[in-house]
Amino acid sequence: MLIRRPDDIPSSEITDESLYWDRRRFLGTGAALLAGAAVPGLLSACDASAKEVRPAGPREDELTPYDDVTSYNNFYEFGTGKEDPAKHAHTLRPRPWTVEVDGEVQRRQTFDIEDLRQRFPPEERVYRLRCVEAWSMVIPWLGFPLKDLLAAVEPTSNAEYVEFTTLYDTEQMPGQKRDVLPWPYVEGLRLDEAMHPLTLLAVGLYGKELPNQNGAPIRLVVPWKYGFKSIKSIVRIRLTREQPRATWNVVAPREYGFFANVNPAVDHPRWSQKRERRIGDLFKRATLPFNGYGDQVAQLYTGMDLARHY
Amino acid sequence: MTRLQFVRWVLKPTVFVAALVPLGLLVRDTMTGGLGANPVEEITHRTGLTAITLLMLTLAVTPASQLLGAGWLMRLRRMLGLFAFTYAVLHFLTYVADQTWLTGEGLSLAVVVEDVAERPYVTVGFATFLLLAPLAVTSTRGWVKRLGGKRWQRLHRLVYLAGAGAVLHFLWLVKADTRRPALYGLALVLLLGYRLVHRRVRRRQPARRDPSSAESRESALSR
Repeated sequence: MLIRRPDDIPSSEITDESLYWDRRRFLGTGAALLAGAAVPGLLSACDASAKEVRPAGPREDELTPYDDVTSYNNFYEFGTGKEDPAKHAHTLRPRPWTVEVDGEVQRRQTFDIEDLRQRFPPEERVYRLRCVEAWSMVIPWLGFPLKDLLAAVEPTSNAEYVEFTTLYDTEQMPGQKRDVLPWPYVEGLRLDEAMHPLTLLAVGLYGKELPNQNGAPIRLVVPWKYGFKSIKSIVRIRLTREQPRATWNVVAPREYGFFANVNPAVDHPRWSQKRERRIGDLFKRATLPFNGYGDQVAQLYTGMDLARHY
Repeated sequence: MTRLQFVRWVLKPTVFVAALVPLGLLVRDTMTGGLGANPVEEITHRTGLTAITLLMLTLAVTPASQLLGAGWLMRLRRMLGLFAFTYAVLHFLTYVADQTWLTGEGLSLAVVVEDVAERPYVTVGFATFLLLAPLAVTSTRGWVKRLGGKRWQRLHRLVYLAGAGAVLHFLWLVKADTRRPALYGLALVLLLGYRLVHRRVRRRQPARRDPSSAESRESALSR
């Protein structure tokens, strides 16, 4: 590895309770000041600074209930409705399961899911998940850093990107019988993004096995990117020289960029990305750059025009 | 019971209640938490889907009454159209609330105007809503008289445009699965296509009494 990075970021550092209480106090003060200063109606729509400061709801980064996490999903392999995956994903057989890791690596290998779990003991990570559709959740994942797996297969110096592929099996994934998307689903990361300690391969949530509708038995979680980057039910990880042909990016390049970093300053062509509705909340909240993980990941993109590379 | 009585006392009340069912379910599910993980989105989708469905049913009344020779069906048209508009109002209000009040910024119309101007599917949806409003207002007998049958009819042909707008709005907002909006598009093409063909046939055979009868008989009844 060229750049040394902190080995790990414990979940406590991401969701430390005292920190977010502090933040809430700070936001509360800001809101009070704002309320005193602002005459209603003077807040123009384009005053970004005013938008940033608003009282945080009582659910600030509270965990999204298990039932919502497992019943409101985008997993088109089981239908395009939000409730479809929970209804139909029972046809998926998460065992036995293998993950093939190949491409620009020294030691290509096919891992059995059980071996992966043995070799890389999962830890809990509480991450915010921001969907490109402007809703979000807070999910306690169980998983291990992708970088640990990549280290095991030893990427060659040619490796620039990592490509992920979902299972393609129309029996197990009946949604694949309809060509709403080109199957199988493919996603990709730049190698440095893949090696980032926040990038997780999740095998569970809420202390349990990953439910089928959430991408059993193994899925990617990249918390600073829109949810569609976090590909589910992975069967293949391939290191490549070329930028992978990520599914949504291929289908609608104007709407879904390859990077897809959460960015309130760059709207989706059809809707605003400035705010989001946390599932369980009535009122929306401001969307944070890099989904609030800017301190950890912004340096990956120094010098890049993120409005162009959205 | 005469047919007229049947329509007035049985058919119309039945359709009236049926058209309120989606609203009833919405209220029930709102009270019982049955709207799922994202209730505002669910309300937006349901009101929109009901509005476009009722709009298509409204457009189906004339062809159905002509094809079945059942002129009395025409008595349902205004009610269905007004219900379509009612759900469109609910749909629009949900959207406005979502863009203003629920952002925690108060009722800033600037935000709505910006959104309507910037997003094609919202522009089309809003235009469709605006098209329906004058039709709802002038749907009364009084307005038919005031405008005169011909002018009234010309004005109300805007509903064809509204139907197209509603389908386009639906088509442009889905992410990848265009099956449902395509289905509504097909329905619209059939309903408008029927009218084109029917008009041509009628023009070619001006002596035939029957085709226009449904509409003219109905207007005679309502005057």
